[in-house]
Amino acid sequence: MQANTTSAPPQLAVHDVIVRFGGIVALDGIAFELHKGQILGLIGPNGAGKTTLFNCLSRLYTPASGDILYDGTSVLSKRPHEMPAVGIGRSFQNVALFQRMTVRDNIRVGAHAASRSDFFSDALHLPWVRRQEAEVDATVSELIDYLDLGDVADLPVDGLPFGTRKRVEIARALAAKPGVLLLDEPAGGLNHDEVGELGRLIRSIRDDRGVTVLLVEHHMGLVMSISDKVVVLSFGRKIAEGTPAEVQQNPDVIAAYLGGPAE
Amino acid sequence: MSVNTTTTDGSQAATGSAGSVKAVSLPKPAAASSNAKIMRTAGIVLLIMGLAAPFMAGNFLIFQLTMMLIYGIAILGLNILTGINGQFSLGHGAFYAVGAYTAAIMMDQFGVGYLWTLPVAGIICFIVGFLFGLPALRLEGVYLALATFALAVVTPQLFKLSPFEHWTSGVMGIVISKPEAPFGLPLNPDQWLYFLTLAIGLLAYVCARNLVASRTGRALMAIRDNPIAAGSMGVNTALFKSLAFGVSALYTGVAGALGAIVVQYISPDSFTFTLSVALVVGLVVGGVGWLPGALFGGAFIMFVPNIAEELSKGLSGAVYGAIMILMMYAIPTGLGGLLKAALTALSKRSKTR
Repeated sequence: MQANTTSAPPQLAVHDVIVRFGGIVALDGIAFELHKGQILGLIGPNGAGKTTLFNCLSRLYTPASGDILYDGTSVLSKRPHEMPAVGIGRSFQNVALFQRMTVRDNIRVGAHAASRSDFFSDALHLPWVRRQEAEVDATVSELIDYLDLGDVADLPVDGLPFGTRKRVEIARALAAKPGVLLLDEPAGGLNHDEVGELGRLIRSIRDDRGVTVLLVEHHMGLVMSISDKVVVLSFGRKIAEGTPAEVQQNPDVIAAYLGGPAE
Repeated sequence: MSVNTTTTDGSQAATGSAGSVKAVSLPKPAAASSNAKIMRTAGIVLLIMGLAAPFMAGNFLIFQLTMMLIYGIAILGLNILTGINGQFSLGHGAFYAVGAYTAAIMMDQFGVGYLWTLPVAGIICFIVGFLFGLPALRLEGVYLALATFALAVVTPQLFKLSPFEHWTSGVMGIVISKPEAPFGLPLNPDQWLYFLTLAIGLLAYVCARNLVASRTGRALMAIRDNPIAAGSMGVNTALFKSLAFGVSALYTGVAGALGAIVVQYISPDSFTFTLSVALVVGLVVGGVGWLPGALFGGAFIMFVPNIAEELSKGLSGAVYGAIMILMMYAIPTGLGGLLKAALTALSKRSKTR
């Protein structure tokens, strides 16, 4: 793979992805690449197709044509539950936690793909299952410290403040030890200070844990401050791609957000 | 523009975070350990009572207590499916019947020892449950309830069919002889079956507890709480839901096999739809999702109809119904919910003192 190219191959590559819902083209030939250690911000006005693309990446939708490659291998034959094992983890826009389970157990479920067991061994609590549980618990405890969830670790998720639940979701996604983390509007519903904290957290996830991040976000301040690269969608098309500074200068982007003269 | 509105929401959430988190979390460790201590003591007391009971009760009461434990095992199975995995079943009487017939036919036709029928009944019911769980994947809530209801209605009819009559004896049913205590134990047959059922019940309970506290159990609960998120975390939801059906049917099937041995007679009419409903009643009364509740659910469906009959012979059904309505009115979350509320209140009171 490495062969004779000067730069490393992309960790995640989206090739000409097209998605149609009935007669509507939700994504029209989207293509971009995400390299290891990058933070990529995916932005666009409402209805631009961000969430659709996100759902393609987590395999909830299958594109009509095009391909999605992880480390050079197509993921389109995978089913959603196989994605964590591939190396792609995700969070949900409206926080999709397991309400009646504790914070700790929610994060433990995140480690599901990174561990093995079966009904029989679990029912008998066999020694190898116990050893594995100890490993999972070590990972989970480390994440609880990392995301400062120690005070609430053994409380049910239901009833916790929104910002806390967002951190639980990120912890849960990290428990699978993903190569690429997809974050769907992580700043939604957070206040100014919390957004600043989130930005530092996402940077730390990249820098300290070596996780590549794809960030779908409305919050421009956050996207522009932490992204290495920004991809802009509008009405299902990619209208711009580049560094935050380049994208901010792009007349098409300005037109898409503020409304421009009709063409 | 959306940024402005979300900011106000977020700041409220944030201030809530700083305040409430600490308030809830402070008493936590002490309360949790004292609650666990209360539960453990209660469990030990119950076990001692359970071990002593057959030496103090008459044979008929021992038989009733054995049936209570058997229903408890069946309800435990239903609880794994409904309480832990969130799938509803109005048809567990069918698995109970399949387990009972497996045991009866093995003993009656093939002269197999009664102990061997228990694992076989469990395995057969696991397979039947798993296979039923596959098409049931497409169904949820009331639709799943209807499909399982159909299973409960159809299964007893199947045992009446003439092609199977050679084994099932049709409507006549099968009579089973009562096993004696082995190894010359100084127990009468009723006492022996009681202790056998108690041992199997304990094993079933320990396995269920282990399962719930494991990776598998967390996957099952994750599916119950949010199937899409569970899938995104790598849980094969279809497989786990089918397996939950299988394991649940295994428990209920073993209970059915034990029931056949203890009652010494089975016929298709032993397993009407009423049995399935009784198991659901037991589940709800004991507490959905609370494993020890199965014991209390078993006690309820075993003894309360008798109490109702004593109160009024002619209107026993109506009295039973009234008791059920009262129970649901007084403790809508079952005994499990009541206990949880009581323990919370207790730990709060001890905190304020």
